[in-house]
Amino acid sequence: MRPYDLAVVGAGPAGLACAVAAGRAGLRVVLVDGGPRLGGQYYRHAPPSYRATRPGVLHHGWRTFAALAAALPALDVDVRLRHRVWAAETAPDGLRLHCLAGDREETPVTFPAARLVVATGAHDRVLPFPGWDLPGVLTAGGAQALLKGELVLAGRKVVVAGTGPFLLPVAAGLAAAGARVRGVFEAGRTAGLAAHPGILLAHPGKLAEAAGYGLTLAAHRVPYRGRHAVVAAHGNTALTSVTVAKVDAGWGPIPGTERMVPCDTLAVGYGFTPQLELALQLGCATRTDADGGHIVAVDARQATDVPGVYAAGESTGVGGAPLALVEGRIAGLAAAGRPAPARLLRLRARLREFARALHAAYPVRDGWRGWLRDDTVVCRCEEVPYARLREALALGAADARSVKLLARPGMGPCQGRMCGYAVGRLAGSPEGLGHRPIAQPIRLADLARFEGDPT
Amino acid sequence: MPDVVVIGSGVVGAACAYYAARAGLTVTVVDRGPVAGGTTGAGEGNILVSDKGPGAELDLATLSARLWRDLAAEVAGGAERPFGDLVEYEPKGGLVVAETPGILNALTGLADRQRVHGVTAVAVPPEDLRAYEPHLAGGLAGGVHYPQDAQVQPMLAAAHLIRLSGARTRTGAEVTGLLRGAGGRVTGVRTARGDIPAGAVVNAAGTWAGEIAAFAGLTLPVLPRRGFILVTEPVPPLIRHKVYTAAYVAGVASDDAGLETSAVVEGTKAGTVLIGASRERVGFDRTVSLPVLARLAAQATALFPRLADVRVIRTYCGFRPYCPDHLPVIGADRRTPGLFHACGHEGAGIGLAPATGRLIAAAIGGAEPPVDPAPFLPGRFAA
Repeated sequence: MRPYDLAVVGAGPAGLACAVAAGRAGLRVVLVDGGPRLGGQYYRHAPPSYRATRPGVLHHGWRTFAALAAALPALDVDVRLRHRVWAAETAPDGLRLHCLAGDREETPVTFPAARLVVATGAHDRVLPFPGWDLPGVLTAGGAQALLKGELVLAGRKVVVAGTGPFLLPVAAGLAAAGARVRGVFEAGRTAGLAAHPGILLAHPGKLAEAAGYGLTLAAHRVPYRGRHAVVAAHGNTALTSVTVAKVDAGWGPIPGTERMVPCDTLAVGYGFTPQLELALQLGCATRTDADGGHIVAVDARQATDVPGVYAAGESTGVGGAPLALVEGRIAGLAAAGRPAPARLLRLRARLREFARALHAAYPVRDGWRGWLRDDTVVCRCEEVPYARLREALALGAADARSVKLLARPGMGPCQGRMCGYAVGRLAGSPEGLGHRPIAQPIRLADLARFEGDPT
Repeated sequence: MPDVVVIGSGVVGAACAYYAARAGLTVTVVDRGPVAGGTTGAGEGNILVSDKGPGAELDLATLSARLWRDLAAEVAGGAERPFGDLVEYEPKGGLVVAETPGILNALTGLADRQRVHGVTAVAVPPEDLRAYEPHLAGGLAGGVHYPQDAQVQPMLAAAHLIRLSGARTRTGAEVTGLLRGAGGRVTGVRTARGDIPAGAVVNAAGTWAGEIAAFAGLTLPVLPRRGFILVTEPVPPLIRHKVYTAAYVAGVASDDAGLETSAVVEGTKAGTVLIGASRERVGFDRTVSLPVLARLAAQATALFPRLADVRVIRTYCGFRPYCPDHLPVIGADRRTPGLFHACGHEGAGIGLAPATGRLIAAAIGGAEPPVDPAPFLPGRFAA
């Protein structure tokens, strides 16, 4: 295969903006995504067969997405959807992206490229609590994905809980689509950003967006409670209720404040963890973000320390779609050897400042550990209870990896994407379990084809 | 002040701590990382007698296999279950298969010589191979069954040995130097978290043992040999033994600097299948090598065609510590009183750990050694 000038991994806001910018600069681009449609998590939408009459109504910034998607056909951008990347590597003659194409009958495909942009986004950050493994409990992002991607309401009676401003669009979307949202429980303070009035004034768009969600919630009489957390979920075979408790500033439940809230669905999210495995496979340096997590380190051009490899969007620090769009554009221009306009750089700086303020306003406090019981499952794939993690720590495990090797959390099919953050926090190592030398499961027969290096 | 400080909390250091404590000595274990975070945490948990030719290492291996079996049966340290359960000990036996009549000849010849040294080895004609392993590929020339081969989960084994030893453990404490007394005697270790004086110091730093020796001005030629392992998704029990091709035996003893691979395939209690083994001399480079992984996959599917559709979900690599003569370094360093070495076990550290621990405990306490220690003594590298 003739090498592409640029391979972009991820067709969300960052990847799309990147591919369009690079395509407009004349590069021959391959844009790869594991999903069935463009847009990633943020612009996730229903397939055309669903005949959604107003596809943008569930989305903020839909016009931006529509414009980017419409720009692609005129450019030399080879869009490869349903291509899951299982490995990325540097070779003497450039970079190689190894994918599995298709759903059931997957086929190995390798794309050689001179440069590569990691725009792999982030996944929901979850914290374990008793009952979180019951059917009916899903991540906030998962509930939103069902709604945006399948036009399916996750449930009729819904509780939304966690921390951060993302809870608001999730709750507002569910309420507007007809769910009865019993409450939004924010473990931090609801007015988290009020401590940064300067930031809010500098970002009137964000303020308006938040106000819009607030109006929707008010119209549906959805209570939004700060310093409240869902500390347990109940039900025999499926979720029937949750325990909501008032928590102190450190997120420790305040005794006597617990109450049961009946519901059939709980959407819970404590922020996002960037997907770093491809960047780590390529050997890119990481650094610690404002929220304590690890992110890819990039320079002003979004370039990593590995020649030819760039990163944009959530993998360089969770900051939301507007920032991802800007970073993606800068990365696409940089990959084409073009400088980014000063206006774009200023916008990036402003949006990053806003992201930092959000991280500071909505930290995850350690009190959540007090929600755990000995039998609370921490890793669902391997069914590892909290007691086993504590045993591992008592045996001398001192980081996430050694906890994993002694107690098996993160060894299952999801490879720690779900439990990695919690395991990292419990083990006192912020990098979690993000290192995945094989990013997607691959059949031994397919892996064997690389013998003798046929690419 | 402890009688002994052990540098390194891998399985070899853990066994040294365990047997030193059993001999009545007080022990502190230091490690720059977590417990068993180095090569032990990147191993398969092999306890093999089958891959060793007659000689000193085989004697160590047969003793060790017996010690593991005895340990596994013990219920100790307030546990409700035997030690073997805690560390996932499986006396599953090994099955070595030969692809051609020529290789089979060499294999059965080796088995004959091993038997003289206490190894149980049962020749398996080709038509009987599937009675041992129903999913094995056809067309193999035959094999040898080694019932003494076994497996443990290596990190659990190390961690529980340290727990049972009652040793004080200091993780996250990198050794930065050795304390020296009169006549240059080693009297403890200097760590990033303070000095630890001790009666004796055991260098069980594995692949990094040469750095510890260098603190005493000594040369210890322990070098890294990289090995990758593939781990599959959990599958219903498919493979009963530790199954490997006879080429593995040649690879273990090889001096070739290039890549060598041989199929080593086995199931685990968790349902995953572990696939090894590769050996490369590339320093401490952790970069994943797809051609190596591909070759492991090809060899495993050639041996077990049913694995072709099973998915690999992860891979890891470790750095096996090897010495030029492929023997471990065990015993007192006569050049520096107070310093003992227990390192350089290459890919056999899990299997050889208990016997190594016994030798070290005997050397420190002045007791009768359980096997002839001479071939392993560090003095063999003295210029």
